[in-house]
Amino acid sequence: MELLLQQILAGIATGTIYACIALAIVMTYQTIGHLNFAQGEMAMFSTFLAWQLIQWGLPYWTAFALTVALSFAGGVLIERIVLRPIHNAPVLSHVAVFIGLLAILNSLAGFIWDFNVKPFPTPFGTAPLIANGFIDAHQAGMIAVTILLLAFLYGFFRFTRVGLAMRASANDPVSARLVGIRVGWMAALGWGMAAAIGAVAGMMIAPIVFLEPNMMLGVLLYGFAGAVLGGLGSPAGAVIGGLIVGVVENLAGTFIPVVGGELKFTIALAIIVAVLVMKPQGLFGRPVLHRV
Amino acid sequence: MPRLNNPRVTLAIIAVALVLPLVIQNFLTFQLTLVLVYAIAIIGLNLLTGFNGQFSLGHSAFYAIGAYVAAMLMDKADFPYAMTLPVAGIACFVFGFLFGLPALRLEGVYLALATFALAVATPQILKLSPLEHWTGGVQGIVVNKPEAPFGLPLTEDQWLYYFTLLITIVMTVLAHNLVASRTGRAMMAIRDNPIAARSMGINIALYKSLTFGVSALYTGVAGALGAIVVQFVAPDSFTFFLSISLLVGLVVGGVGWIPGAFFGGAFVLFVPNLAESFSKGLSGAVYGVMIIVLIYVLPTGAAGLTRAASRWWRAKA
Amino acid sequence: MRVPSDRWRVAALASFASIAIAITTPALAQKKYDTGATDAEIKVGNIMPYSGPASAYAVIGKTEAAFFNKVNAEGGINGRKINFVSYDDGYSPPKAVEQARKLVESDGVLLIFQSLGTPSNSAILKYMNAKKVPQLFVATGATKFGDPKDFPWTMGWQPNYQSEGRIYAKYLIDNHPNGKIGILYQNDDYGKDVMKGLKDGLGDKTSMIIAEAPYETSDPTVDSQIVKLKASGADIFLNVATPKFAAQAIKKVAEVGWKPIQIVNNVSNSLGGVLAPAGFDNATGVLSTAYYKDATDPSWKDDPGFKAWSAFMDKYYPDGNRTDGNTVYGYLTAQTLVQVLKQCGDDLTRENVMKQAANLKLDLDMLLPGISIHTTPTSYYPLQQLQMEKFDGTRWQRFGPVISGEVGG
Repeated sequence: MELLLQQILAGIATGTIYACIALAIVMTYQTIGHLNFAQGEMAMFSTFLAWQLIQWGLPYWTAFALTVALSFAGGVLIERIVLRPIHNAPVLSHVAVFIGLLAILNSLAGFIWDFNVKPFPTPFGTAPLIANGFIDAHQAGMIAVTILLLAFLYGFFRFTRVGLAMRASANDPVSARLVGIRVGWMAALGWGMAAAIGAVAGMMIAPIVFLEPNMMLGVLLYGFAGAVLGGLGSPAGAVIGGLIVGVVENLAGTFIPVVGGELKFTIALAIIVAVLVMKPQGLFGRPVLHRV
Repeated sequence: MPRLNNPRVTLAIIAVALVLPLVIQNFLTFQLTLVLVYAIAIIGLNLLTGFNGQFSLGHSAFYAIGAYVAAMLMDKADFPYAMTLPVAGIACFVFGFLFGLPALRLEGVYLALATFALAVATPQILKLSPLEHWTGGVQGIVVNKPEAPFGLPLTEDQWLYYFTLLITIVMTVLAHNLVASRTGRAMMAIRDNPIAARSMGINIALYKSLTFGVSALYTGVAGALGAIVVQFVAPDSFTFFLSISLLVGLVVGGVGWIPGAFFGGAFVLFVPNLAESFSKGLSGAVYGVMIIVLIYVLPTGAAGLTRAASRWWRAKA
Repeated sequence: MRVPSDRWRVAALASFASIAIAITTPALAQKKYDTGATDAEIKVGNIMPYSGPASAYAVIGKTEAAFFNKVNAEGGINGRKINFVSYDDGYSPPKAVEQARKLVESDGVLLIFQSLGTPSNSAILKYMNAKKVPQLFVATGATKFGDPKDFPWTMGWQPNYQSEGRIYAKYLIDNHPNGKIGILYQNDDYGKDVMKGLKDGLGDKTSMIIAEAPYETSDPTVDSQIVKLKASGADIFLNVATPKFAAQAIKKVAEVGWKPIQIVNNVSNSLGGVLAPAGFDNATGVLSTAYYKDATDPSWKDDPGFKAWSAFMDKYYPDGNRTDGNTVYGYLTAQTLVQVLKQCGDDLTRENVMKQAANLKLDLDMLLPGISIHTTPTSYYPLQQLQMEKFDGTRWQRFGPVISGEVGG
């Protein structure tokens, strides 16, 4: 019983990691309607920037703010330079470009900062908080940051003009353009915001998994699973999806005999796919209506 | 869609393909064989994605199943290598069909996630300890290379190349005919407008699952050939990155254009080597830049290039 | 056990032998070459994961290239320059086969040196032996790459994973016979090989192992595994993980307030690369084994071997990361190959390369004192010795004798 509780707590702590990156995934999906395979590598690269700034002697929060700003600019630039010229190309061409971006960022980070694991500082400390350290101060801080991000996104998309304009451009680009929204720039803005959220996620995740160029490969897979499970249309769903993935995976790894340990991610994925088959739009997504 | 329906062009290409291994090094023959293998796998992916509009990140799984079926049959049951291909193909067809049934309910990114789960799960299942007796676990299985039969004066590499070429031609022709048939039109109707397709009386569920099965069959046969050519299978050979490579190969060749698979196969095999020759430390970055530049220049892959070339040719003539 | 006087004798013998070669060479004056060797150069092939998930190890290939640059700058080997041709396989077995064939058939190398990773080496094992091209000092500790009977053209280099497992078993039986062992291991050939060695070593005491938790390299963290191992009631924690996960585990063990006896395998015993990220406080008391000098350990600051390595890094690999143990590893393996090629003299046939590789007695000054490289035609494991060590909060303290962990028996 105690083990069950501990695994659930550990799962929530790990699930927050997935939730963070799932938010960035949903952000991109909301604005451009694609899954961005390079999301994880963008977050990793941003985290390296932060690390470099801190190495150069900047205080943590200055580096944090600067990194978020730089990442936002980077996201906008990627959209303008790389994606804008092909925005009429088929979906699969976009996917290939994302894969190209992934390869570039990963290789570049390894080239600049090498592949050794680096510790990354946390602003919250690592004192044990709940249940003898199954959740420590950093993880609690991370949960708080995730909730803040979520609240920000909710407010942004619901109450600000820019947020509403972004939703309009994603849902119906033609009508949005007719009412005077600059649809192209909304996509760029969405990329910038997704990159900024990814940067925050990366800086929250790195103290736990350590900083290195491949740190996000695994995290991204879990983040996708969480985002899709929650429904890609809903930031809150993505967070809850991420947490569920974390918990389910831990429980599968612990309590399923013989194969549980070796197949814990596989089992978690199988459960997700089963859920999706029952509920094809994710737990919190709205069904997509097609106009004939 | 551009078609290689000019018989002279097709015959010339086949003639070159037949003569090539007699004049080049064995090592290059081996590389060309792998290009053909990847091309078959990409044709499989193209049938599903290009012609039926279903997205898959899981084709490394079908490739792996084909490869393991072939390797296990040769290793444990002393099957002749040529006989492993139909078995691998059928096994993958059944598996793909069954996987396609529940996955039917999923569209777009949700289907991508389900197939992605398959790609991630396969290597883990292959190295599962209870199955180690058959799969060789993490160590994999070593396969013997077949020699040329009937005392043909060919090296093993040359023979395997011709063997693979024959199967490639057969599979390409079959794919062509399938796409041009009633079934093929139904597949494309589902891709273009599922609701209209249904109202025309097309059994969407059946066609989608069948397409999944056929697509898996192609990729499984490619996997089996790959195992014979490389002489080795291991879980690490069939990671998620293989799915990604096949997908990139599909896009580069041209989605919905069958001969594009050969461009795609060549891309999968040769471009990483090319990237490496520019820079060791940055080979990944060079590879990424090449993909992006290619998409810039040819948003519809080699298909677009051929189309433009044939237009130019006709205008000149 | 090796005593110092013995080492002197070996060194004396080695220098005598090289003098003897130097004297007899002109007299023989019979140069014999296979593909890849000429009067001017020796072509050495290599396969590394420069891209893909294992790219952290590519530092080994870069260090080796740098070392051969040094050798060439200093006049080469018996007047011949080393031409080091290194290709990327992205840690994918089919690509490794392709690259090995390119090296052998297209580039015409004399031998392939330090191809990296168990899957890649397994994939080319048969090909290399059929072609009778040396597959020398493969960069993996898998036990199967030391089988002169079935694969006479393939040889390992580092102490194999199984013998490491046996050494831990012996230590645990001697010191904690009533311990309960919980193991975290990477779910691949390497993790399973260490486990096999441990179980073989424990023999009828295998029941000491009460919990096993595998992880995949795609797992973001190993938190869940640590929670599970702690709950099992184990009081000995064996950490069979690569650096990132080993560091995560050491940190997590401390955070959840678990206080077992900890052993971390020597893949992850780097002071700068594992213990520092994990936190020195958390790592205090951790046990491991070692066979080469940790360049991040300040104890070696005045050691001549360390100084030579350091001078090499300064001059030939200035942008290399000195806290990365792979730079020492690459330095040592390259030195070993140079010795083999020196011993070959002017008989640079593939057969003679294998013959010389199987007759090595070599002291390298970045190996720990008392540990040396030794092969015979029936023993294809150049390094078999390890020494236990314990982290005291600032540096590794080696203790106990140099242990040899034979396998196969």
